[in-house]
Amino acid sequence: MLLKVDNIHVYYGAIHAIKGISFEVNEGETVALIGANGAGKSTTLKTISGLMHPKSGTIQFLDKDVSHTDAYRLVAQGLAHVPEGRHIFLQMTVQENLEMGAFTSKGDINAAMDKVFQYFPRLKERRKQIGGTLSGGEQQMLAMGRALMISPKLMMLDEPSMGLAPILVEQIFDIIRELRDAGTTILLVEQNAGMALDIADRAYVLETGRITLSGTGSELAQSDEVKKAYLGG
Amino acid sequence: MAFLSNFINGLSLGSIYAIIALGYTMVYGIAKMLNFAHGDVIMVGAYVSFVSIYSLGTPPILALLISMCVCTVLGVVIERLAYRPLRSAASLAVLITAIGVSYLLQNVALLIWTSNTKVFPSIVSFGSLHIGSLTITGETIVSIITCVVIMIGLTLFTTKAKTGKAMRAVSENRQAAELMGISVNKTISVTFAIGSALAAVAGVLYCSMYPVLVPTTGSIPGIKAFTAAVLGGIGSIPGTLVGGLLLGIIEIFSRAYISQDLSDAIVFAVLIIILLVKPNGLLGKKVTEKV
Ligand SMILES: Nc1ncnc2c1ncn2[C@@H]1O[C@H](COP(=O)(O)OP(=O)(O)OP(=O)(O)O)[C@@H](O)[C@H]1O
Ligand SMILES: [Mg+2]
Repeated sequence: MLLKVDNIHVYYGAIHAIKGISFEVNEGETVALIGANGAGKSTTLKTISGLMHPKSGTIQFLDKDVSHTDAYRLVAQGLAHVPEGRHIFLQMTVQENLEMGAFTSKGDINAAMDKVFQYFPRLKERRKQIGGTLSGGEQQMLAMGRALMISPKLMMLDEPSMGLAPILVEQIFDIIRELRDAGTTILLVEQNAGMALDIADRAYVLETGRITLSGTGSELAQSDEVKKAYLGG
Repeated sequence: MAFLSNFINGLSLGSIYAIIALGYTMVYGIAKMLNFAHGDVIMVGAYVSFVSIYSLGTPPILALLISMCVCTVLGVVIERLAYRPLRSAASLAVLITAIGVSYLLQNVALLIWTSNTKVFPSIVSFGSLHIGSLTITGETIVSIITCVVIMIGLTLFTTKAKTGKAMRAVSENRQAAELMGISVNKTISVTFAIGSALAAVAGVLYCSMYPVLVPTTGSIPGIKAFTAAVLGGIGSIPGTLVGGLLLGIIEIFSRAYISQDLSDAIVFAVLIIILLVKPNGLLGKKVTEKV
């Protein structure tokens, strides 16, 4: 198993944000995590990537307990986290951003970059442009491209469609589909439940820090509860 | 001629301010804290050189290298012991700790070297340059050249070297840097190491120019260099150079043409005016994130 989250509890000071959730992601799968604002989706991803640590419970990545491993060490083990809000380096060029993505990589950076440009030709045109001057969609592409520089074993995407025009959302999801078809293991967090369930092999519904439903993407898309709460009827 | 001579002296004093200011600016940019004790590292650097020249009899250049090593270790240890445990504490707590470290260094220096003034031997062995009626001292030339070399070196380091790029990444977005696999702690240590080594260089140059060495020697140039960093736009390396040189020139000119006693007040008045007009400093920049 690639990732196994076992009964984790996560706090922000006194705030109990994640109240004992368990789930797993197998190699090659695309798993979606859906839920309303404040449900704890981003907190879950941050805890997996090591930006935060659980107070109790364990996280296993590649069969190793990484519950208290720092984020920067997990990157070298093949875990990529594209955070909510993109967090690209606004003062660096597109190319420099991609180079930062390859910080831990021992392989050929140019080859990795060429591969990223195949997914995102737009980035190639703009490789000398400063990150802060890119459009929102381009910034999202850059954030994803940067994460792909290490050819991650698990790619976690936190709301890649946030704030984007519908046409760009389509584009981003097309690329996620391409990545999935190329065998990338993906853990996708989305508020856009319809598109996420459509793309996912399996999905979990998160509500105020707890998993309330799980199943295959299509099962959840059919479920009345999900329809009512997340798919607008 | 007096004008030109003052200008060159201003450049040279400003060069030293710029070298010190780099330490403030880099630490501020990367660790997001004001290292109030930076000025006192300058003083330690000067004392170490003093001791190695007089007690160990080393040649000045070797004394400088020893100073740089001692200050590098000192800077890294200060960060590790005093600042790192406060990484997620309120910035006021960190500032007060830094002030504490500053007093600690001064008091330890007082204990070791007493409050008796030491007359610092200039590390510059060649004499003055005379062009017509213009006299440029060796210290002046060395300060300016050192500053230029350091600025070029640091610019190359932050744009070309992997560690240098990591420093820029941490400075811009700590969390994103961490998600790239960059160790924030290690990067901050490197920053303190570089800043403190530069403080040693600045200390030795400053004391070569103004040879009075007491345990509080570092605080005035420290505060002025901090002013220079803010003036140029804290966090920016070119800004530091501009701020440092400007401060040095303003100081020397106000001393020469306005008032010896008021020169520091004038320097700070200029700072306030510039910050009123440009709150981010002369070369400070602001970029916003798109959502
Ligand atoms: N830095 C923080 N300090 C305190 N509480 C926080 C912090 N970040 C998140 N929380 C709280 O933790 C809970 C989960 O937040 P989280 O950001 O994980 O939600 P989310 O599902 O990602 O929401 P969204 O869809 O709005 O991004 C929320 O109640 C939130 O208020
Ligand atoms: Mg979120």
